[in-house]
Amino acid sequence: MKNSIGREIPEVIEGYGKTIPFAGAFTIQPAMNRQAPKVKSMHPGRQKVVDTLESVFQQIPITDGMTLSFHHHFRNGDGVVNQVLATAAALGIKNLKVALSSVFPVHETLIAHMKNGVVTSLDTNYMSGPVAKAVANGVLAAPVVLRTHGGRARAIECGQLPIDVAFIAAPAADEYGNLNGVQGPAACGSLGYAFPDAEYADHVVAVTDYIVEYPLAPISIPQCRVDYVVKVDCAGDPKGIVSGTTKITKDPVGLKIAAMAAKVIEAAGLLKNGFSFQTGAGGVSLAVAHFVRQRMEQEQIVGSFALGGITGYMVEMLEKGFFKKLIDVQGFDLEAIRSIQTNPNHLEVSANFYASPFNAGCAVNKLDVVVLGATEIDVDFHVNVVTGSDGVIMGGSGGHADAAAGAKVTIVVANLLRGRLPIIVDQVLTATTPGETIDVFVTERGVAVNPQRPELLQQLVAAGLPVKEIQELKAMAEKIAGVPQKLKTSDRIVAVVEYRDGSVIDVVRQVNQ
Amino acid sequence: MSLRRTMLFIPGNNPGMLQNGGVFGADSVILDLEDAVAPQEKDAARFLVAQALKTVDYGTSEKVVRINPLDTFGAKDIQMIVPCQPDVLLVPKVESAQDIEGVTRLVAQAEMEGQKPVQLIALLETAKGIALAYQIAQTKGRLVALALGAEDYTAGLGAARTKEGQEIFTARSLVINAAAAAGIQSLDTPFTDANDEDGLYQDALTGKELGFKGKLAINPRQIDVIHGVLNPTAATIEWAEAVVQAIRKAEAEGSGVASLHGKMVDAPIVARAEHILQLARKLGVEVMQ
Repeated sequence: MKNSIGREIPEVIEGYGKTIPFAGAFTIQPAMNRQAPKVKSMHPGRQKVVDTLESVFQQIPITDGMTLSFHHHFRNGDGVVNQVLATAAALGIKNLKVALSSVFPVHETLIAHMKNGVVTSLDTNYMSGPVAKAVANGVLAAPVVLRTHGGRARAIECGQLPIDVAFIAAPAADEYGNLNGVQGPAACGSLGYAFPDAEYADHVVAVTDYIVEYPLAPISIPQCRVDYVVKVDCAGDPKGIVSGTTKITKDPVGLKIAAMAAKVIEAAGLLKNGFSFQTGAGGVSLAVAHFVRQRMEQEQIVGSFALGGITGYMVEMLEKGFFKKLIDVQGFDLEAIRSIQTNPNHLEVSANFYASPFNAGCAVNKLDVVVLGATEIDVDFHVNVVTGSDGVIMGGSGGHADAAAGAKVTIVVANLLRGRLPIIVDQVLTATTPGETIDVFVTERGVAVNPQRPELLQQLVAAGLPVKEIQELKAMAEKIAGVPQKLKTSDRIVAVVEYRDGSVIDVVRQVNQ
Repeated sequence: MSLRRTMLFIPGNNPGMLQNGGVFGADSVILDLEDAVAPQEKDAARFLVAQALKTVDYGTSEKVVRINPLDTFGAKDIQMIVPCQPDVLLVPKVESAQDIEGVTRLVAQAEMEGQKPVQLIALLETAKGIALAYQIAQTKGRLVALALGAEDYTAGLGAARTKEGQEIFTARSLVINAAAAAGIQSLDTPFTDANDEDGLYQDALTGKELGFKGKLAINPRQIDVIHGVLNPTAATIEWAEAVVQAIRKAEAEGSGVASLHGKMVDAPIVARAEHILQLARKLGVEVMQ
């Protein structure tokens, strides 16, 4: 059957089950109760600290077919996933489902575990590097479930992603399971993506290389749901966890796009006191923040909050008074860690608070503007951030579809030509974020406005921005680079792309070799 | 006279930049075959620039190519580039009227029949070039502007190049004066620290106040700042309209001189007013025709 954006979705997908076809960004209304997590008890005098991962496996006990969850705050410096899965393999456990909020190149060892049957299922929001490539090439029999950050929190809360054991990489812990992300050698900042796992998993194991005297302060994840604390020699490599500083791009084309995006924000009438904003940590996205800041400075505008992944640049904007608050679900650099630790206006929030569609209101709903990227966009404004031009998985929604749905104005920025490929296509290979939630597409050669937003179109034209039809931009790109050949995909589904509400917006099919 | 507030250098050996050169809104792009290109890459760059001229849409930007001096690769550049219909050639290290005349002859030979004549801009970047600025500016035919290249010039003088630019004050004034005397444009030397926006602003302002009509740019980031300095303000546009109205009224009455608010309005003032109105039109401001 076809979903509402014309994607062919099987009614049942082997290894995934019955599908709910995507029917619009706000169509599904939940009529259910949240999953009731297991009730726990802990008698006085009992210890939570366990010497080895192996011992935790035995005490729980972890058995074949369980779901183990992990967060991705350690990014490419993560040591916990690999250590836990090595333990599982050594104990001969098979058929595990790994629910890891994002997969990075450091998780390459997963491939071996997939090949030898230790891991047979993967549930994630983003994946890059060798694991993504292996999945795209069909290493797993069952398709990977690709969710949004908000969608993962929703799935956990609604019982659609039941977790047997959550392994929480904790930069700092005390012996009774209070955790934070801001102390210790593997400090990573906010622990926001781990909150739902801690709350709902049957068993919660903190894995840390830094145990302090009870009670830990500050506390991000409290002792009440944490069953075990395991001390390992090294939980993560700081070099892969944080960057020293995140820098604005120097690429002139990227800067041109960013400057234009900032003008769009202003022309849309949103740059005024109380302005709220989300942008990525990448070079161009961060440059948008830079140009927005220049205008805020000139016009003496004080914004309300900046949201999302927090970088040193956003911290500076908070400290210099451009924003009153930062809402932080993930910190990217040392400055973000320093700030969240010391500044009461820098708030640590959960993935649920950030972006879940099924609660009484998430933070993305309060956004005026979000600036997002794309690997492809089509003439209906549907965006792909999952597969690259070769059809191989190289990313995922993360918060993309969530923020796009929530913000008053969603701006996608991208070079009209990437390498020698036009970025605008008739139909994206993989739809991640539906066009109905995308308002403006900004390139170095012009700006396209979603025809569903005629009032915005008028504002941008009135401001003298180079507004063009998206078809016109597509033709410009094709005049320069030609029309690329279509990729041929097989029938085999290697990933199911869930929209934030749990419906299926698209599937990723294996590329013909 | 063409608007040349900004003339952006694009390395002639960088395909990505050649392809994107038109997106930055510079009044002119200068596809560079000279300093940006190492000697062993000159041939490849010449082919690239020729292809770019034929295929890339530079939008409203004027297409300028900086060729090499005639004593190196200049003649080869002219032979291949001119038939690709650039608007202008920027001739480096010009030291005499003869240099421009030499280029003029080669350009005439290389032009195709019916081709829009290729104009020339002389880049003065030696003490001798500055000393002979007026003689060069008077070269008849294709020359539309003098540009100052201060880096080589100060190196030749043995003077340290500073942000304040005291060391190039005389050269700037001579170039501006020579160009004005010959009725062509003068264009200011680039500001070479692409990361110093405030420094660029000050430098462009100094150039504008001395009389330059435009400025060379080495980075797309510099364009908006320079335009910000050179664009007319609302007050100047109103003044320019008043000047043009006054002179038209006077002309209708049979006089070549008018007065505005008690001050005489003559030909140079009218020329300045017309330049301001031309700028305003380019910026989409509705002004009198």
